[in-house]
Amino acid sequence: MEFFRNTNIDFLGKKWYFLAFSLVFSVAGLFSMLFWHHIPYGVDFRGGTLVYVKFSHPPDDNALRAAMDHAGLHNAKIQSYGLPSDNEELIDLDVRETSEKALDQGKTQIINTLEANAPAGKKDLNNSSLLDIKNYLMDKDPMHLGSDADQKYTQQAQAIVDTRDKAHGGVLSSFDQLKGPVDAGVVASLPDTFFLSDFGVRNVEIVGPQVGAQLRKQALLATTYSLAGMLIYLGFRFEWIYGVAAVVTVFHDTLITVGAFSLLNQDISLTVIAAILTLIGYSNNDTIVVFDRIRENIKLMRREKLSEIVNRSINQTLSRTILTAGLTFLTVLALYLFGGEVLHGFSLALVIGILIGTYSSIAIAAPILVAYQDWRIEKGKRPVAVPR
Amino acid sequence: MNKNLTWKLAIIVVTLLVFVYGIFGIPQSFTGQGLLAAMTNRIHLGLDLRGGTHLILQVQVNDAVNVDAQNAVETLKEQLNKRKIAFADISQPDVQNNPDRVVVKGVPPESRKDLLDIASDRLSEYNVNSGPDNTWVLTMKAQNLTDLKNKAVSQAIETIRARIDALGVSEPTIQEHGLGQYQILVQLPGVDDPERVKTIMQSTAMLEIKQVLGGPYPSEQAALQDKGGILPADAILLPGHTAPGSASDEQAVYLLSRVSAVRGKDLRDAQASTDQNGQPDVNFQLTNEGGQRFYSFTSQHVGERLAVVLDNKVQEVANIHEAIRDTGQISGGSMNQQQAKDLSMILRSGALPAGIIYLNESVVGASLGTDSIRAGVRAAVVGMLAVLIFMLVYYRAAGINADLALILNLIILLGFMGYFEAVLTLPGIAGVILTVGMGVDSNVLIFERIREELRNGKTPPSAVDQGFGHAWITIVDTHVTTIVSAAILFIFGTGPVKGFAVTLIFGLAANLFTAVFVSRVIFDWILSRKQRGEALSI
Repeated sequence: MEFFRNTNIDFLGKKWYFLAFSLVFSVAGLFSMLFWHHIPYGVDFRGGTLVYVKFSHPPDDNALRAAMDHAGLHNAKIQSYGLPSDNEELIDLDVRETSEKALDQGKTQIINTLEANAPAGKKDLNNSSLLDIKNYLMDKDPMHLGSDADQKYTQQAQAIVDTRDKAHGGVLSSFDQLKGPVDAGVVASLPDTFFLSDFGVRNVEIVGPQVGAQLRKQALLATTYSLAGMLIYLGFRFEWIYGVAAVVTVFHDTLITVGAFSLLNQDISLTVIAAILTLIGYSNNDTIVVFDRIRENIKLMRREKLSEIVNRSINQTLSRTILTAGLTFLTVLALYLFGGEVLHGFSLALVIGILIGTYSSIAIAAPILVAYQDWRIEKGKRPVAVPR
Repeated sequence: MNKNLTWKLAIIVVTLLVFVYGIFGIPQSFTGQGLLAAMTNRIHLGLDLRGGTHLILQVQVNDAVNVDAQNAVETLKEQLNKRKIAFADISQPDVQNNPDRVVVKGVPPESRKDLLDIASDRLSEYNVNSGPDNTWVLTMKAQNLTDLKNKAVSQAIETIRARIDALGVSEPTIQEHGLGQYQILVQLPGVDDPERVKTIMQSTAMLEIKQVLGGPYPSEQAALQDKGGILPADAILLPGHTAPGSASDEQAVYLLSRVSAVRGKDLRDAQASTDQNGQPDVNFQLTNEGGQRFYSFTSQHVGERLAVVLDNKVQEVANIHEAIRDTGQISGGSMNQQQAKDLSMILRSGALPAGIIYLNESVVGASLGTDSIRAGVRAAVVGMLAVLIFMLVYYRAAGINADLALILNLIILLGFMGYFEAVLTLPGIAGVILTVGMGVDSNVLIFERIREELRNGKTPPSAVDQGFGHAWITIVDTHVTTIVSAAILFIFGTGPVKGFAVTLIFGLAANLFTAVFVSRVIFDWILSRKQRGEALSI
């Protein structure tokens, strides 16, 4: 089986189309970053409070919003998260100005609001910690244990928490769901002290403004160092102009990926930056494959024009470029489709980045190389295209 | 089979065994459950997969500097008085931003030498400069200042570790957070309700016993009025309740001596118990040295009152009936048994040298962690199967070669993680999946080159040789660029993201071995079994 055998496409002849395509996307992304959605920083970069809540029934966004508003959380953003069948909501408090002394105030307020209808004097089993439950059992002693109660009740509490979290996704809707893994006497005693709310808190992220600013600076530094690293390595392995061409290409990929996030109004979190840094490394791979072949062909075809050599090189390596990128894309797509909501931003960045990176190694990197040589020849100098 | 090839095969088999051991160790049982347990025993799951709390704390190191400067102020006053040198005022003008700056006013010019002597004798860690209008400014030397701040952070880490250990949290991580200044990273696996732990960590637990000079007053103004509008230089006002020790919560202010008779470091032990009314309280014992000081203090002040102050709040006020040597108690009124236990534990672990505030808190519930593992494993299996099947279909027999190399690649990656006790996070699982996708690229580069050489009429052995030879340089270049950016990510990243960088780096490093060396050996083995001129399935 073989795709792309003996292709002979004049890639360099289409450089103006490529340039137009790239310009449109870069400019659209830049425009969105500057005037529309700006750079949609995730909570780790902008600071704030995120609470992920899972409900036992399909939640009503409007009712939730009204409840939050009533509790004084006027700027709470509420959106459903993941698949509709997951019954998950993401409550986002933009608390940039809050002093760091009361970092978790927002979280406490949200949970109190959600528990507004709790029966007086009872504790919520869906949001009780292992320790709370164990302390209750030790106190109440529903199994009438004398010795080694500590160990037995630790096991029972663990069984309750595991059943809730691992088998029922963090929310129990009835005490009967505990029957089986948990001792019947324990289950029977629970409703006297506990009630079951209709939600469980799955994940809380609170970031103070100071850490946000620190992380923003670090993300920018890491990206810059990464690009500089590429420039130095490729400049060392090839001629410096190859390094420049590769880094300009990767910068173009980064710009379009970040721009796409802005256009889609997708949060850029720490993991998205991780994906972008990976792309900076990976996008170069296709470019290196083409450059290697150019270098090899320059030695073989001394008579030919550089543009001819470059075109030939791209065509010769086309099946390689498409296959390697395609296979990596396949795994990234699996990640995007099956990797769950937590990795959504990360895999989206990789999906976009790998597509753009493959395109640009053909459409951007090679033309830069040729354009530079043409410019040198025009100035009456010798082309520098013969590297080590 | 020639000898050379046998050796290479032996190397591969040994590598395989070494890394399989890295993943599983010697498992208790060979059932699926047993193997899984053996694996998670060696490869630890990150907080995002097992659930837990991740905190970043800022140590307010200026607190520690402030304490040192306060002591310097006291020392100066004491020494100047001792040498009978007049002075108008000694103060810290900017406690907020430059707590180490101490300004001495009104020392007569002729006593200049004495002042410098005192400073070099007793306050050698300070620089002394003369300012305008006959003032002197003491600032801490840069090196001493840095040392003091760093010491505050390491002391805070020790204290927090003692407290968390006493709470029985398993496998906590408590370390300096390298990305910030004077920050501490705390990770508590399995803790998904961090409120209690947070309160316990944050409590500075600064215990002092001071002499009561006046009060309780209903407000600060009332206290000042009673003293004629000016706070005496050796006194401070601290908040408390009208009747400390009872459940009343009426706020009050006490006038106390600035100097403490007993401080936190004089404490030897603290235990939760109950008072004569059955209310929970905390009893503490003092060290020998502290006990002696307490004894001389109480014997001088029989009939007066003392206050037990915790974190600048008056907890207890008692009459001194007789000289006390080494015990005391705190009964915070509304304190319940749990709080009494916690307080005694905090006191035992010692005071924090400086206050801490929380900068970042992230709590992952166990239910989300379970879902994440499920999703990550599903994505890994789907992605991996897609790649393996594609390689089989596209390269036929050579596809088996690539698939074997890829599986060995994964085994080495997981084995590495087992040996280095690396932490597997959700992005780390993504890194494993990406390693599969990027690792197979090397095989594609080699195979395409072999096909090209075959098309150009080369014999299979020579095509294989040329293919590996030419692709090798390209593979090194592509791997280096990816590893460079992953390494930068490792340096700058935190938590889960670091886990991703680690898997990617290990995975790609292993790929150089599997895709080039192992794959080549398999080709050589196949070629050694073929007749001359027989075609290669690729």
